[in-house]
Amino acid sequence: MRRVVVVGASLAGVHAVEALRERGYTGEIVLVSGEETLPYDRPPLSKSALLDQARFDDLALRPPQWYEQQGVRLLLRSRATGLDLAGRVVALADGSVVEFDGLVIATGAAPRPLPLPCPDGLRVHQLRTLADARGLAAAMVPGRHLVVVGAGFIGLEVASTARQLGLEVTVLEAASAPLNRVFGTAVGGWFRRLHEHHGVTVRCGSPPEAVETSGNGVRVRLRDGSRISADLVLAGVGAGPVTGWLQGSGLDIADGVRCRPDLATGVPGVVAAGDVARWHNRLFGEEMRVEHWTNAVEQGRHAAATLLGAREPYCPVPYFWTDQFDAKVRVVGRVDPGGEVAWEREDDTSLVVVFGREGVVQGAVCVNAPKRLAHYRRAIADRVAWRDLARDLEPVAPSASVDRGDGGW
Amino acid sequence: MAFKVVFDAEKCQGYANCLIEAPEIWDFDENTDKAVLKQATLDDQLRARAEASMRGCPAGAIRIEDPDT
Repeated sequence: MRRVVVVGASLAGVHAVEALRERGYTGEIVLVSGEETLPYDRPPLSKSALLDQARFDDLALRPPQWYEQQGVRLLLRSRATGLDLAGRVVALADGSVVEFDGLVIATGAAPRPLPLPCPDGLRVHQLRTLADARGLAAAMVPGRHLVVVGAGFIGLEVASTARQLGLEVTVLEAASAPLNRVFGTAVGGWFRRLHEHHGVTVRCGSPPEAVETSGNGVRVRLRDGSRISADLVLAGVGAGPVTGWLQGSGLDIADGVRCRPDLATGVPGVVAAGDVARWHNRLFGEEMRVEHWTNAVEQGRHAAATLLGAREPYCPVPYFWTDQFDAKVRVVGRVDPGGEVAWEREDDTSLVVVFGREGVVQGAVCVNAPKRLAHYRRAIADRVAWRDLARDLEPVAPSASVDRGDGGW
Repeated sequence: MAFKVVFDAEKCQGYANCLIEAPEIWDFDENTDKAVLKQATLDDQLRARAEASMRGCPAGAIRIEDPDT
Protein backbone atom coordinates (compact mmCIF):
# COMPACT_ATOMS: atom_id res chain seq x y z
CA MET A 1 0.00 0.00 0.00
CA ARG A 2 1.42 3.33 -1.02
CA ARG A 3 -1.19 5.42 0.76
CA VAL A 4 -3.54 4.84 3.68
CA VAL A 5 -6.30 7.38 4.20
CA VAL A 6 -7.81 7.61 7.68
CA VAL A 7 -11.16 9.38 7.61
CA GLY A 8 -12.00 10.89 10.99
CA ALA A 9 -9.30 12.57 13.05
CA SER A 10 -10.74 10.87 16.07
CA LEU A 11 -9.40 8.81 18.95
CA ALA A 12 -9.77 5.68 16.79
CA GLY A 13 -8.13 7.46 13.85
CA VAL A 14 -5.08 8.61 15.81
CA HIS A 15 -4.54 5.18 17.31
CA ALA A 16 -4.91 3.57 13.89
CA VAL A 17 -2.13 5.85 12.62
CA GLU A 18 0.08 5.03 15.58
CA ALA A 19 -0.41 1.30 15.14
CA LEU A 20 0.28 1.47 11.38
CA ARG A 21 3.68 2.99 12.10
CA GLU A 22 4.42 0.70 15.04
CA ARG A 23 3.81 -2.24 12.75
CA GLY A 24 6.27 -0.98 10.20
CA TYR A 25 4.04 0.60 7.56
CA THR A 26 6.21 3.19 5.81
CA GLY A 27 3.89 4.49 3.09
CA GLU A 28 1.90 7.72 3.06
CA ILE A 29 -0.77 8.40 5.67
CA VAL A 30 -3.44 11.04 5.13
CA LEU A 31 -5.69 11.92 8.05
CA VAL A 32 -8.92 13.60 6.97
CA SER A 33 -11.12 15.56 9.38
CA GLY A 34 -14.10 17.87 9.10
CA GLU A 35 -13.05 19.66 12.27
CA GLU A 36 -10.76 22.68 12.57
CA THR A 37 -8.52 21.50 15.38
CA LEU A 38 -6.02 18.74 15.87
CA PRO A 39 -7.62 15.55 17.20
CA TYR A 40 -8.61 15.99 20.82
CA ASP A 41 -9.94 14.01 23.76
CA ARG A 42 -13.72 14.17 24.16
CA PRO A 43 -14.54 12.85 27.67
CA PRO A 44 -13.48 16.10 29.42
CA LEU A 45 -15.89 18.13 27.23
CA SER A 46 -18.81 17.31 29.50
CA LYS A 47 -16.83 17.14 32.74
CA SER A 48 -13.49 18.67 33.74
CA ALA A 49 -13.08 21.04 30.77
CA LEU A 50 -16.66 22.24 30.96
CA LEU A 51 -16.04 22.96 34.63
CA ASP A 52 -12.72 24.71 34.01
CA GLN A 53 -12.63 26.28 30.55
CA ALA A 54 -8.86 26.76 30.72
CA ARG A 55 -8.64 23.04 30.04
CA PHE A 56 -10.16 23.43 26.58
CA ASP A 57 -6.69 24.38 25.33
CA ASP A 58 -5.18 21.25 26.76
CA LEU A 59 -7.14 18.45 25.12
CA ALA A 60 -5.01 17.58 22.08
CA LEU A 61 -4.47 13.83 21.80
CA ARG A 62 -1.00 14.37 20.34
CA PRO A 63 1.18 17.49 20.03
CA PRO A 64 1.40 19.14 16.57
CA GLN A 65 4.92 17.82 15.93
CA TRP A 66 3.74 14.24 16.41
CA TYR A 67 1.94 14.31 13.06
CA GLU A 68 5.10 15.43 11.33
CA GLN A 69 7.17 12.81 13.13
CA GLN A 70 4.73 10.10 12.10
CA GLY A 71 4.72 11.32 8.51
CA VAL A 72 1.02 12.14 8.53
CA ARG A 73 -0.53 14.62 6.13
CA LEU A 74 -3.37 16.27 8.02
CA LEU A 75 -6.34 17.54 6.07
CA LEU A 76 -8.36 19.54 8.61
CA ARG A 77 -11.61 21.36 7.68
CA SER A 78 -11.99 18.67 5.03
CA ARG A 79 -15.16 16.76 5.65
CA ALA A 80 -15.48 13.55 3.66
CA THR A 81 -18.63 13.60 1.55
CA GLY A 82 -18.39 10.44 -0.51
CA LEU A 83 -16.58 7.18 -1.11
CA ASP A 84 -15.96 5.59 -4.50
CA LEU A 85 -14.76 2.05 -3.91
CA ALA A 86 -14.25 1.25 -7.59
CA GLY A 87 -12.11 4.34 -8.16
CA ARG A 88 -10.66 4.05 -4.62
CA VAL A 89 -11.09 7.72 -3.78
CA VAL A 90 -12.64 9.67 -0.90
CA ALA A 91 -14.50 12.80 -1.96
CA LEU A 92 -14.13 15.92 0.19
CA ALA A 93 -16.49 18.82 0.83
CA ASP A 94 -14.42 21.24 -1.28
CA GLY A 95 -14.93 19.03 -4.35
CA SER A 96 -11.47 17.48 -4.34
CA VAL A 97 -10.72 13.78 -3.95
CA VAL A 98 -8.05 11.79 -2.12
CA GLU A 99 -6.91 8.50 -3.60
CA PHE A 100 -6.22 5.58 -1.30
CA ASP A 101 -4.85 2.07 -1.34
CA GLY A 102 -5.93 1.41 2.24
CA LEU A 103 -8.82 3.10 4.04
CA VAL A 104 -9.65 3.36 7.74
CA ILE A 105 -13.20 4.56 8.36
CA ALA A 106 -13.26 6.31 11.75
CA THR A 107 -15.88 9.03 11.40
CA GLY A 108 -17.40 8.36 14.80
CA ALA A 109 -20.90 9.33 15.83
CA ALA A 110 -22.90 12.56 15.88
CA PRO A 111 -25.64 13.68 18.27
CA ARG A 112 -29.17 13.04 17.14
CA PRO A 113 -31.13 16.24 16.71
CA LEU A 114 -33.93 16.84 19.16
CA PRO A 115 -36.97 15.26 17.49
CA LEU A 116 -39.25 18.12 18.51
CA PRO A 117 -40.74 21.21 16.89
CA CYS A 118 -38.42 24.13 17.56
CA PRO A 119 -38.61 27.71 16.22
CA ASP A 120 -35.99 28.78 13.69
CA GLY A 121 -33.05 30.54 15.26
CA LEU A 122 -33.61 29.17 18.72
CA ARG A 123 -30.45 27.53 19.93
CA VAL A 124 -30.69 24.08 21.43
CA HIS A 125 -27.23 23.00 22.54
CA GLN A 126 -25.72 19.66 21.72
CA LEU A 127 -22.42 18.30 22.94
CA ARG A 128 -20.03 16.38 20.80
CA THR A 129 -17.28 18.65 19.52
CA LEU A 130 -14.90 21.12 21.10
CA ALA A 131 -16.86 23.92 19.41
CA ASP A 132 -20.09 22.58 20.94
CA ALA A 133 -18.47 22.52 24.37
CA ARG A 134 -17.11 26.07 24.09
CA GLY A 135 -20.55 27.32 23.11
CA LEU A 136 -22.20 25.48 25.97
CA ALA A 137 -19.59 26.65 28.49
CA ALA A 138 -20.10 30.27 27.47
CA ALA A 139 -23.83 29.94 28.12
CA MET A 140 -23.47 28.17 31.47
CA VAL A 141 -23.59 31.25 33.66
CA PRO A 142 -24.17 30.63 37.39
CA GLY A 143 -27.78 31.20 38.38
CA ARG A 144 -29.16 30.40 34.95
CA HIS A 145 -31.58 27.55 34.48
CA LEU A 146 -30.39 24.71 32.27
CA VAL A 147 -32.95 22.22 30.99
CA VAL A 148 -31.46 18.96 29.78
CA VAL A 149 -33.63 16.90 27.46
CA GLY A 150 -32.71 13.24 27.79
CA ALA A 151 -31.26 11.56 30.89
CA GLY A 152 -28.50 9.66 29.12
CA PHE A 153 -24.79 9.81 29.92
CA ILE A 154 -24.05 13.16 28.26
CA GLY A 155 -27.16 14.78 29.72
CA LEU A 156 -26.42 13.60 33.24
CA GLU A 157 -22.74 14.52 33.07
CA VAL A 158 -23.59 18.04 31.94
CA ALA A 159 -26.29 18.27 34.63
CA SER A 160 -23.67 17.37 37.22
CA THR A 161 -21.15 19.90 35.91
CA ALA A 162 -23.79 22.62 35.66
CA ARG A 163 -24.81 22.15 39.30
CA GLN A 164 -21.18 22.39 40.34
CA LEU A 165 -21.00 25.69 38.43
CA GLY A 166 -24.02 27.02 40.28
CA LEU A 167 -26.76 26.68 37.66
CA GLU A 168 -30.27 25.50 38.34
CA VAL A 169 -30.78 22.25 36.47
CA THR A 170 -33.83 20.32 35.34
CA VAL A 171 -33.47 16.99 33.55
CA LEU A 172 -36.39 15.76 31.43
CA GLU A 173 -36.64 12.10 30.56
CA ALA A 174 -39.40 10.48 28.55
CA ALA A 175 -38.91 7.07 30.18
CA SER A 176 -39.66 6.33 33.82
CA ALA A 177 -36.04 6.65 35.00
CA PRO A 178 -32.69 8.11 33.93
CA LEU A 179 -30.53 5.73 31.88
CA ASN A 180 -33.53 3.45 31.63
CA ARG A 181 -32.69 2.07 28.21
CA VAL A 182 -29.10 1.12 29.14
CA PHE A 183 -29.42 0.13 32.79
CA GLY A 184 -33.12 -0.47 33.45
CA THR A 185 -35.45 1.24 35.88
CA ALA A 186 -33.93 -0.06 39.11
CA VAL A 187 -30.37 1.12 38.47
CA GLY A 188 -31.80 4.24 36.82
CA GLY A 189 -33.56 5.01 40.08
CA TRP A 190 -30.23 5.11 41.90
CA PHE A 191 -29.01 7.76 39.44
CA ARG A 192 -32.20 9.72 39.89
CA ARG A 193 -31.60 9.83 43.65
CA LEU A 194 -27.96 10.82 43.12
CA HIS A 195 -28.97 13.81 41.01
CA GLU A 196 -31.85 14.83 43.23
CA HIS A 197 -29.54 14.68 46.24
CA HIS A 198 -27.38 17.31 44.51
CA GLY A 199 -30.28 19.59 43.74
CA VAL A 200 -31.15 18.56 40.18
CA THR A 201 -34.84 18.44 39.38
CA VAL A 202 -35.48 15.17 37.54
CA ARG A 203 -38.79 14.78 35.69
CA CYS A 204 -39.42 11.40 34.16
CA GLY A 205 -42.32 9.87 32.31
CA SER A 206 -43.69 12.89 30.49
CA PRO A 207 -42.00 13.33 27.12
CA PRO A 208 -41.17 16.86 25.94
CA GLU A 209 -43.34 17.77 22.97
CA ALA A 210 -42.03 21.14 21.80
CA VAL A 211 -39.40 23.80 22.42
CA GLU A 212 -40.78 27.36 22.32
CA THR A 213 -39.37 30.86 22.69
CA SER A 214 -40.34 32.74 25.81
CA GLY A 215 -39.10 36.29 26.27
CA ASN A 216 -35.31 36.10 26.27
CA GLY A 217 -35.37 32.43 27.12
CA VAL A 218 -36.76 29.11 26.08
CA ARG A 219 -39.68 27.04 27.21
CA VAL A 220 -40.11 23.28 26.93
CA ARG A 221 -43.64 21.94 26.73
CA LEU A 222 -44.30 18.44 28.03
CA ARG A 223 -46.95 15.97 26.99
CA ASP A 224 -48.74 16.40 30.32
CA GLY A 225 -49.26 20.07 29.41
CA SER A 226 -46.74 21.60 31.80
CA ARG A 227 -44.23 24.16 30.54
CA ILE A 228 -40.72 24.56 31.89
CA SER A 229 -38.87 27.83 31.35
CA ALA A 230 -35.15 27.76 30.77
CA ASP A 231 -32.26 30.05 29.94
CA LEU A 232 -30.62 27.32 27.92
CA VAL A 233 -31.51 23.85 26.67
CA LEU A 234 -29.21 20.92 26.00
CA ALA A 235 -30.40 17.99 23.92
CA GLY A 236 -28.83 14.72 25.00
CA VAL A 237 -30.94 12.26 23.09
CA GLY A 238 -28.28 9.86 21.86
CA ALA A 239 -25.93 9.70 18.93
CA GLY A 240 -25.83 7.88 15.63
CA PRO A 241 -22.90 6.70 13.49
CA VAL A 242 -21.62 9.16 10.88
CA THR A 243 -22.21 7.19 7.70
CA GLY A 244 -24.00 9.72 5.49
CA TRP A 245 -20.86 10.09 3.37
CA LEU A 246 -20.91 6.34 2.70
CA GLN A 247 -24.42 6.31 1.21
CA GLY A 248 -24.36 4.53 -2.13
CA SER A 249 -20.76 3.32 -1.69
CA GLY A 250 -21.82 -0.30 -1.53
CA LEU A 251 -20.75 -0.77 2.10
CA ASP A 252 -23.38 -2.10 4.51
CA ILE A 253 -24.15 0.92 6.71
CA ALA A 254 -27.31 -0.04 8.57
CA ASP A 255 -26.49 1.35 12.06
CA GLY A 256 -22.78 1.69 11.50
CA VAL A 257 -20.31 0.23 9.04
CA ARG A 258 -20.79 -3.50 9.20
CA CYS A 259 -17.50 -5.33 9.64
CA ARG A 260 -16.28 -8.88 9.94
CA PRO A 261 -14.92 -10.08 13.28
CA ASP A 262 -11.46 -8.74 12.32
CA LEU A 263 -12.90 -5.27 11.42
CA ALA A 264 -12.44 -5.76 7.67
CA THR A 265 -15.45 -4.52 5.71
CA GLY A 266 -15.31 -7.20 3.02
CA VAL A 267 -13.89 -4.70 0.53
CA PRO A 268 -10.14 -5.34 0.24
CA GLY A 269 -8.10 -2.70 2.03
CA VAL A 270 -11.06 -1.07 3.79
CA VAL A 271 -11.51 -1.34 7.57
CA ALA A 272 -13.52 0.55 10.19
CA ALA A 273 -13.03 1.42 13.87
CA GLY A 274 -14.55 3.36 16.74
CA ASP A 275 -18.12 4.56 17.21
CA VAL A 276 -18.89 4.08 13.53
CA ALA A 277 -17.99 0.36 13.36
CA ARG A 278 -20.40 -2.51 13.88
CA TRP A 279 -18.78 -5.89 14.16
CA HIS A 280 -19.39 -9.39 15.46
CA ASN A 281 -17.71 -9.79 18.85
CA ARG A 282 -17.11 -13.51 19.22
CA LEU A 283 -16.70 -13.36 22.99
CA PHE A 284 -20.34 -12.30 23.31
CA GLY A 285 -21.60 -14.00 20.16
CA GLU A 286 -23.30 -10.85 18.95
CA GLU A 287 -22.91 -7.88 16.66
CA MET A 288 -22.19 -4.67 18.52
CA ARG A 289 -21.28 -1.04 18.02
CA VAL A 290 -19.55 0.57 21.00
CA GLU A 291 -19.44 4.34 21.51
CA HIS A 292 -16.79 4.46 24.20
CA TRP A 293 -13.26 5.73 24.69
CA THR A 294 -11.24 2.58 25.33
CA ASN A 295 -12.93 0.78 22.47
CA ALA A 296 -11.92 3.56 20.09
CA VAL A 297 -8.28 3.19 21.19
CA GLU A 298 -8.10 -0.57 20.88
CA GLN A 299 -10.34 -0.89 17.84
CA GLY A 300 -8.32 1.73 15.95
CA ARG A 301 -5.19 -0.29 16.61
CA HIS A 302 -6.84 -3.55 15.68
CA ALA A 303 -8.24 -2.19 12.41
CA ALA A 304 -4.75 -0.98 11.49
CA ALA A 305 -3.35 -4.47 12.10
CA THR A 306 -6.07 -5.99 9.93
CA LEU A 307 -5.32 -3.49 7.17
CA LEU A 308 -1.70 -4.67 7.24
CA GLY A 309 -2.73 -8.30 6.81
CA ALA A 310 -3.42 -9.69 10.30
CA ARG A 311 -6.65 -11.65 10.56
CA GLU A 312 -7.25 -11.83 14.31
CA PRO A 313 -10.83 -11.37 15.48
CA TYR A 314 -11.44 -8.35 17.72
CA CYS A 315 -13.19 -9.67 20.81
CA PRO A 316 -12.70 -7.37 23.80
CA VAL A 317 -14.71 -6.98 26.98
CA PRO A 318 -15.83 -3.37 26.41
CA TYR A 319 -15.79 -0.95 29.34
CA PHE A 320 -16.42 2.72 29.95
CA TRP A 321 -16.86 5.30 32.65
CA THR A 322 -19.05 8.27 33.47
CA ASP A 323 -18.41 10.69 36.35
CA GLN A 324 -21.38 12.43 37.92
CA PHE A 325 -20.94 14.44 41.12
CA ASP A 326 -18.94 12.20 43.45
CA ALA A 327 -20.01 9.01 41.70
CA LYS A 328 -17.31 7.37 39.61
CA VAL A 329 -19.39 5.05 37.49
CA ARG A 330 -17.63 2.21 35.72
CA VAL A 331 -19.38 -0.22 33.42
CA VAL A 332 -17.84 -3.38 32.07
CA GLY A 333 -19.12 -5.88 29.51
CA ARG A 334 -22.65 -5.93 28.13
CA VAL A 335 -25.50 -4.67 30.22
CA ASP A 336 -28.96 -5.92 29.23
CA PRO A 337 -31.60 -4.86 31.75
CA GLY A 338 -34.03 -7.28 30.13
CA GLY A 339 -31.86 -10.26 31.12
CA GLU A 340 -30.68 -11.45 34.52
CA VAL A 341 -29.94 -8.69 37.03
CA ALA A 342 -28.56 -9.05 40.56
CA TRP A 343 -27.47 -6.50 43.17
CA GLU A 344 -24.24 -7.05 45.04
CA ARG A 345 -24.01 -3.75 46.88
CA GLU A 346 -26.06 -0.60 47.24
CA ASP A 347 -25.68 2.36 49.55
CA ASP A 348 -25.68 6.14 49.22
CA THR A 349 -22.23 6.34 47.68
CA SER A 350 -21.64 3.02 45.96
CA LEU A 351 -23.43 0.48 43.87
CA VAL A 352 -22.52 -2.86 42.29
CA VAL A 353 -25.05 -4.51 39.99
CA VAL A 354 -24.32 -7.55 37.84
CA PHE A 355 -25.99 -8.52 34.58
CA GLY A 356 -26.22 -11.94 32.94
CA ARG A 357 -27.64 -13.54 29.83
CA GLU A 358 -27.95 -17.08 28.51
CA GLY A 359 -26.52 -18.49 31.70
CA VAL A 360 -23.28 -16.47 31.84
CA VAL A 361 -22.12 -13.26 33.45
CA GLN A 362 -22.15 -10.50 30.82
CA GLY A 363 -21.73 -7.16 32.53
CA ALA A 364 -21.50 -5.10 35.69
CA VAL A 365 -22.17 -1.53 36.79
CA CYS A 366 -19.84 -0.43 39.58
CA VAL A 367 -20.10 2.97 41.28
CA ASN A 368 -17.14 3.89 43.48
CA ALA A 369 -16.09 0.25 43.51
CA PRO A 370 -13.08 -0.11 41.21
CA LYS A 371 -11.89 -3.44 42.55
CA ARG A 372 -15.23 -5.08 41.82
CA LEU A 373 -14.91 -3.81 38.27
CA ALA A 374 -11.68 -5.71 37.74
CA HIS A 375 -13.20 -8.77 39.34
CA TYR A 376 -16.17 -8.77 36.99
CA ARG A 377 -14.12 -8.05 33.91
CA ARG A 378 -12.31 -11.28 34.52
CA ALA A 379 -15.56 -13.15 35.22
CA ILE A 380 -17.01 -11.88 31.92
CA ALA A 381 -13.91 -12.81 29.91
CA ASP A 382 -13.92 -16.26 31.53
CA ARG A 383 -17.66 -16.69 30.81
CA VAL A 384 -18.40 -17.57 34.43
CA ALA A 385 -21.80 -19.27 34.89
CA TRP A 386 -24.53 -16.96 36.19
CA ARG A 387 -25.68 -19.46 38.80
CA ASP A 388 -22.15 -19.65 40.28
CA LEU A 389 -21.83 -15.92 40.55
CA ALA A 390 -25.34 -14.87 41.48
CA ARG A 391 -25.86 -17.45 44.24
CA ASP A 392 -25.17 -14.94 46.99
CA LEU A 393 -26.61 -11.89 45.29
CA GLU A 394 -30.04 -10.40 45.44
CA PRO A 395 -31.93 -11.06 42.21
CA VAL A 396 -34.13 -8.47 40.57
CA ALA A 397 -37.13 -9.78 38.69
CA PRO A 398 -36.67 -8.96 34.99
CA SER A 399 -40.08 -7.35 34.84
CA ALA A 400 -39.05 -4.90 37.55
CA SER A 401 -35.73 -4.06 35.98
CA VAL A 402 -36.74 -2.44 32.75
CA ASP A 403 -39.36 -0.14 31.43
CA ARG A 404 -39.38 -0.18 27.66
CA GLY A 405 -42.33 2.21 27.53
CA ASP A 406 -41.41 5.57 26.13
CA GLY A 407 -37.67 5.15 26.45
CA GLY A 408 -37.10 5.93 22.84
CA TRP A 409 -34.71 8.86 23.17
CA MET B 1 14.35 -8.87 28.98
CA ALA B 2 12.83 -6.75 31.67
CA PHE B 3 11.22 -3.36 31.26
CA LYS B 4 10.00 -0.72 33.65
CA VAL B 5 6.58 0.80 34.28
CA VAL B 6 6.64 4.40 35.49
CA PHE B 7 3.52 5.58 37.28
CA ASP B 8 2.79 9.23 38.10
CA ALA B 9 0.40 9.05 41.06
CA GLU B 10 -0.10 12.84 40.91
CA LYS B 11 -1.71 12.49 37.49
CA CYS B 12 -3.81 9.45 38.43
CA GLN B 13 -7.54 10.30 38.41
CA GLY B 14 -8.72 6.96 39.73
CA TYR B 15 -10.28 5.68 36.50
CA ALA B 16 -9.05 2.16 37.33
CA ASN B 17 -8.71 1.36 33.64
CA CYS B 18 -5.19 0.07 34.34
CA LEU B 19 -6.60 -2.36 36.86
CA ILE B 20 -9.07 -3.63 34.26
CA GLU B 21 -6.38 -4.01 31.61
CA ALA B 22 -3.68 -5.57 33.77
CA PRO B 23 -4.65 -6.75 37.25
CA GLU B 24 -1.29 -8.59 37.36
CA ILE B 25 0.47 -5.22 37.42
CA TRP B 26 -1.94 -2.90 39.22
CA ASP B 27 -3.88 -2.71 42.44
CA PHE B 28 -6.17 0.06 43.63
CA ASP B 29 -6.29 1.98 46.90
CA GLU B 30 -9.94 2.81 47.56
CA ASN B 31 -8.96 5.24 50.32
CA THR B 32 -6.79 7.48 48.16
CA ASP B 33 -8.83 6.63 45.04
CA LYS B 34 -5.65 6.01 43.09
CA ALA B 35 -4.03 3.10 41.35
CA VAL B 36 -1.11 1.28 42.97
CA LEU B 37 1.74 -0.13 40.91
CA LYS B 38 2.49 -3.51 42.43
CA GLN B 39 5.87 -3.97 40.81
CA ALA B 40 7.77 -1.51 38.61
CA THR B 41 10.18 -3.86 36.88
CA LEU B 42 8.46 -6.52 34.86
CA ASP B 43 9.32 -9.41 32.60
CA ASP B 44 8.59 -9.08 28.88
CA GLN B 45 5.74 -11.57 29.17
CA LEU B 46 3.71 -8.75 30.69
CA ARG B 47 4.70 -6.21 28.07
CA ALA B 48 1.44 -6.30 26.10
CA ARG B 49 -0.62 -5.97 29.25
CA ALA B 50 1.49 -3.09 30.50
CA GLU B 51 1.16 -1.29 27.17
CA ALA B 52 -2.61 -1.80 27.21
CA SER B 53 -2.79 -0.23 30.66
CA MET B 54 -0.67 2.69 29.46
CA ARG B 55 -2.94 3.29 26.45
CA GLY B 56 -6.02 2.79 28.58
CA CYS B 57 -5.11 5.53 31.05
CA PRO B 58 -7.13 8.62 30.10
CA ALA B 59 -5.01 10.73 32.47
CA GLY B 60 -1.70 9.78 30.84
CA ALA B 61 -0.25 8.72 34.19
CA ILE B 62 1.56 5.62 32.90
CA ARG B 63 4.79 5.33 30.90
CA ILE B 64 6.94 2.42 29.89
CA GLU B 65 10.72 2.59 29.89
CA ASP B 66 13.16 0.15 28.36
CA PRO B 67 16.39 -0.55 30.22
CA ASP B 68 18.52 1.27 27.68
CA THR B 69 16.49 4.48 27.75
